Amino acid sequence: MTAKKLRYYATGILSLAVACIVFVVPFLFIVVNALKDKPEAARLHFTWPTETHLWENLVAVVQARDYMLITAFVNSIILTVVAVTGLVVFGAMVGFVLQRRPSRWSGLINFMVLAGLIMPPAVVPTIWLLQWLGLFKTLSGLILIEIAYSLSFSVLLFRAFIATIPRELDEAAILEGAGPFTLFFRVVLPLLKPVAVTVIVVQSVAIFNDFTNPLYYLPGSKNATVQLTLFNFQSMFNTSYNLLFMNILIITIPPLIMFLFFNRQIVEGMTAGAVKG
Amino acid sequence: MTTQNKKGTRRAFAAAYPSWFYLPAAVIFGILFLFPTFASLFFSLTRWTLFKYSFIGLDNFRQFFSEPFLVWGLINTLIYAVVTSGSKVVLGMLLGILLTSNVMMRGLLRAIVFFPVLVSTIGVGITFTMLMHPTNGLINDVIAVFGVKGPAWLTDPRFALLSVAFVDVWKGVGLATVIYIAGIVSIPAEYYEAAKMDGANALQRFWNVTLPLARPATVTVIILSLIGGLRSFDLIWAMTKGGPGFTTDVVASVIYKQYQAGFYGLSTAGNVVLFVLVAAIVVPLSFVLNRREVEA
Repeated sequence: MTAKKLRYYATGILSLAVACIVFVVPFLFIVVNALKDKPEAARLHFTWPTETHLWENLVAVVQARDYMLITAFVNSIILTVVAVTGLVVFGAMVGFVLQRRPSRWSGLINFMVLAGLIMPPAVVPTIWLLQWLGLFKTLSGLILIEIAYSLSFSVLLFRAFIATIPRELDEAAILEGAGPFTLFFRVVLPLLKPVAVTVIVVQSVAIFNDFTNPLYYLPGSKNATVQLTLFNFQSMFNTSYNLLFMNILIITIPPLIMFLFFNRQIVEGMTAGAVKG
Repeated sequence: MTTQNKKGTRRAFAAAYPSWFYLPAAVIFGILFLFPTFASLFFSLTRWTLFKYSFIGLDNFRQFFSEPFLVWGLINTLIYAVVTSGSKVVLGMLLGILLTSNVMMRGLLRAIVFFPVLVSTIGVGITFTMLMHPTNGLINDVIAVFGVKGPAWLTDPRFALLSVAFVDVWKGVGLATVIYIAGIVSIPAEYYEAAKMDGANALQRFWNVTLPLARPATVTVIILSLIGGLRSFDLIWAMTKGGPGFTTDVVASVIYKQYQAGFYGLSTAGNVVLFVLVAAIVVPLSFVLNRREVEA
């Protein structure tokens, strides 16, 4: 019994120690270096700062390049909120009809959903198309792109969840004279709240962290998103590692908040979406 | 009367799920994803300035398979995808087993392992570039404690690609782990009890119960990380930009470089190569893996 207990504590402490060294130290490294002054951070040592410069560094990062970080945050938040709203509404509409009324189109639609999950998008033709539509280098263009690229994931999750809602509910609403609009937006959509929360948190983290699509479709420092500022900052602060790390720290806060509040939904959504994909 | 009534109701039910619900999604997806995909098949055969194009047949592809730096992109993509995917399967499974067992502070450990999945890839890439610095980096400082001089992780061509792959695994293993946790938790406890009664030790239980019954999780992790690995761009761009030389270039970074250089036709050909590569690997593999699962 005691040997068993000893083993329990030994493996427990060992696992925790290894996990801390491998996964926590890099984050602590970001934190301590974000608090240092410029010469001290340039040494890249994993030591507590001799003097902490939290406020100074914070102000310097926010003010850099004419408050670029603020603009970037506004852009990223608009992008994330609008794109995720579109993903929830349009994805749920497709999932709903696809699950409820199989037709000769269903096979094709399922194929498209899988293609959307697997296939890498064709970049240059998309830029060409966006230019032609007048949407290149615009936030609206990028919003539509994010919706197009993530729709598949959203449809899969909604369809799976709608399968668990009894049809009798629809039938009752239809017999009471509800049209498709009322049925979907008044009756079904409110019931989709759990899966909608999952789609919202998973997709907002993904879109907020997206780097590649803004790089291609929204270039230029005027309308940067947060991930791009980080990249611009890297060359600019080539020697100001303290500000670079402070910047990383700041843009990690929104996903961290999501994680603290919605850990379960995120894990559920990622595993569910994965297993069905 | 009744048949007519039934017909009417059926029509009412059909009308309740109108096809136009597909419309907004279909328009966005069709225009911004499908159309460029088909257009790329054509533009990959051209020399293209976005305003003018001239048809040059398969020249872009010929170049893709003959220029060493483009061929290396192709080979690196395969190495990167296989290494990251394989590591995520092995480590994800081990972590999944550990984190479903009766271990101390299990919830905290799960959270620690999973959190990097949610952090900005660029942020992680930049941080690890610092940690892997050949002379000042923390990793080599730690190695030096044991009296060994660590290599230049990101600037030595022998290590660069694998170093980036390591960071990819560090960031992504949390997702593999939660998929395995979901898979392992769904294995009925009776199997383990039966195996125990038959006198199977821990290793035998792993080999004969966990491994075969967690197969759906394994298939998912393999497919998902292969797709991610083959398409990987942002981490490589944040850490090495394809260098030193082109030793860490992958197809996705070649596409970006050719785009930046203004070779739009060649860049688009790279895109076609990438999705043929992804489709040719992922589709048959998922077919084979899923079929065996049904037979078993």
